[in-house]
Amino acid sequence: MSEIRVEDLSHVYSAGTPFEKAAIEHINITIPQGQLVGLIGHTGSGKSTFIQHLNGLLAPSSGKIFVDGKDINTDKYTRRDVKWQVGLVFQYPEYQLFEETVYKDIAFGPKNMKLSEAEVDERVREAAGFVGVDEELFEKSPLELSGGQKRRIAIAGVIAMRPGVLILDEPTAGLDPAGCRQILDNICAYREKTGSTVIIVSHNMDDAARLADRIVVFDHGSIVMDGTPEQVFSKPEELSAIGLSIPHAAAIAVALRKRGVQLEGSIYTHEQLKAAVIRAKEAGKC
Amino acid sequence: MLKDITLGQYFPGNTVIHRLDPRTKLIAVLLYIVALFQAKGWVGYAAVLLASLGCMALSKLKPKVIFKGLKPMIFIIALTALLNIFYTDGTPIIPGWIITWEGIARAVQMVLRIVLLICGTFLLTYTTSPIALTDGLELLMSPLKVIKVPVHEMTIMMSMALRFIPTLIEETDKIMSAQKARGADFETGSLVSRAKALLPILVPLFVSAFRRADELAIAMESRCYHGGEGRTRMKQMKFAGIDYAALAVSALFLAGIIVLRKFGL
Repeated sequence: MSEIRVEDLSHVYSAGTPFEKAAIEHINITIPQGQLVGLIGHTGSGKSTFIQHLNGLLAPSSGKIFVDGKDINTDKYTRRDVKWQVGLVFQYPEYQLFEETVYKDIAFGPKNMKLSEAEVDERVREAAGFVGVDEELFEKSPLELSGGQKRRIAIAGVIAMRPGVLILDEPTAGLDPAGCRQILDNICAYREKTGSTVIIVSHNMDDAARLADRIVVFDHGSIVMDGTPEQVFSKPEELSAIGLSIPHAAAIAVALRKRGVQLEGSIYTHEQLKAAVIRAKEAGKC
Repeated sequence: MLKDITLGQYFPGNTVIHRLDPRTKLIAVLLYIVALFQAKGWVGYAAVLLASLGCMALSKLKPKVIFKGLKPMIFIIALTALLNIFYTDGTPIIPGWIITWEGIARAVQMVLRIVLLICGTFLLTYTTSPIALTDGLELLMSPLKVIKVPVHEMTIMMSMALRFIPTLIEETDKIMSAQKARGADFETGSLVSRAKALLPILVPLFVSAFRRADELAIAMESRCYHGGEGRTRMKQMKFAGIDYAALAVSALFLAGIIVLRKFGL
């Protein structure tokens, strides 16, 4: 349904001024449909620039982006239409809420798609359901709600367009642990129900390890690592060399092994760690 | 798109022009503007043009950057040129025509005047950081404190405004991108529908501007800000030899232009 292919993508900001800066250089990646990709990298590594190319917000300085085999930058119409296909939720999306009521704000995207009133209504209710926003809140002003609620409404505003690819830039930044978990659970439930591709930009290695099928690591505008969480998190030295860490569970496993505890298998989530420790205990290896 | 706005932008560098004391630059620009309006004949204009080209060369700014700043003014410049061409009496180019030789000459001079005026002030803001600029302004205006002009308050407001221009531009950019990602369309449609399309940008922008103002006020208070009285600076401004030289050159330049004017050149 929605496969993304990026070919030799580069982007230069402020070309021709003293502030000229290459944000990303020669990116090549294919993301098949239905995959959940965790995009990690420290601040300024080019992640945000990269994702803004995927829905045509930024035009590449060079290179091409294909969504479902179609080049999205052929003209301004394809660049606009790709936004329905690739939904992008920015960092701190609650700061974009502007309508008088929650309902109207979620309906903004579908309305821009020129859908019928009934279709818009159906999508708003469906999107609100995905993120767990009660219909009681529909007539409230989004500005009077709590931070976590606002964030979920903003995400619903993008989901309501039914994008085949959902991209979220740091969806949990600044939320309390319960709020984080809830949002991530909402996203996973959405993906399971719709089979959409999901790309999550994150600083949180534990979340990335727990959720993603594939981890892509950005550094200085290039992809430096790309593989399953198992592959990527088995190289803690490489990650720490670029200023990133490994998930807590993986770090604990490394420390335990150093002290002679024989843990089996690859460990990067809390569940795996727990299971491995219990197995080791039962086998009497510690 | 909004990143192209060059208003109040500062291009760091380490040229002679960058190193001058901001007060020197402010006074020099003032003298330059007076000189520009004193220029009467072609010789005078040529002198001002050469002077500003010289300063630009010294500042090592790319000409492209300066012309980019002129772009938003093109309409006013063109309008001035047209009005002058058509509404100046004198000898027609072709007998019976409304366009006169005097009109063309005046149009060229007027355009030159506006362009040079803008370029001169841009040179100041491009080569002086906003903080240095407002500090310089505060010191220059400090004698006005005697007659109860709130100089410090005015300059701190100015530096805050300048400080927040890039922030607000960035914020606008971000909100625009976010709304575009939801399919908002700012480029097509009638004037009314385009004005309506701005609402999704303006509402969040105002909300965040008020939030920022609140936060800034709290941050300033918690660092014990209580107005300008008894405040000292980290960077003390001192005139160096080069500043005196620059001021002398500027004053001489203005005098020269005035002398030229006396001779009708």
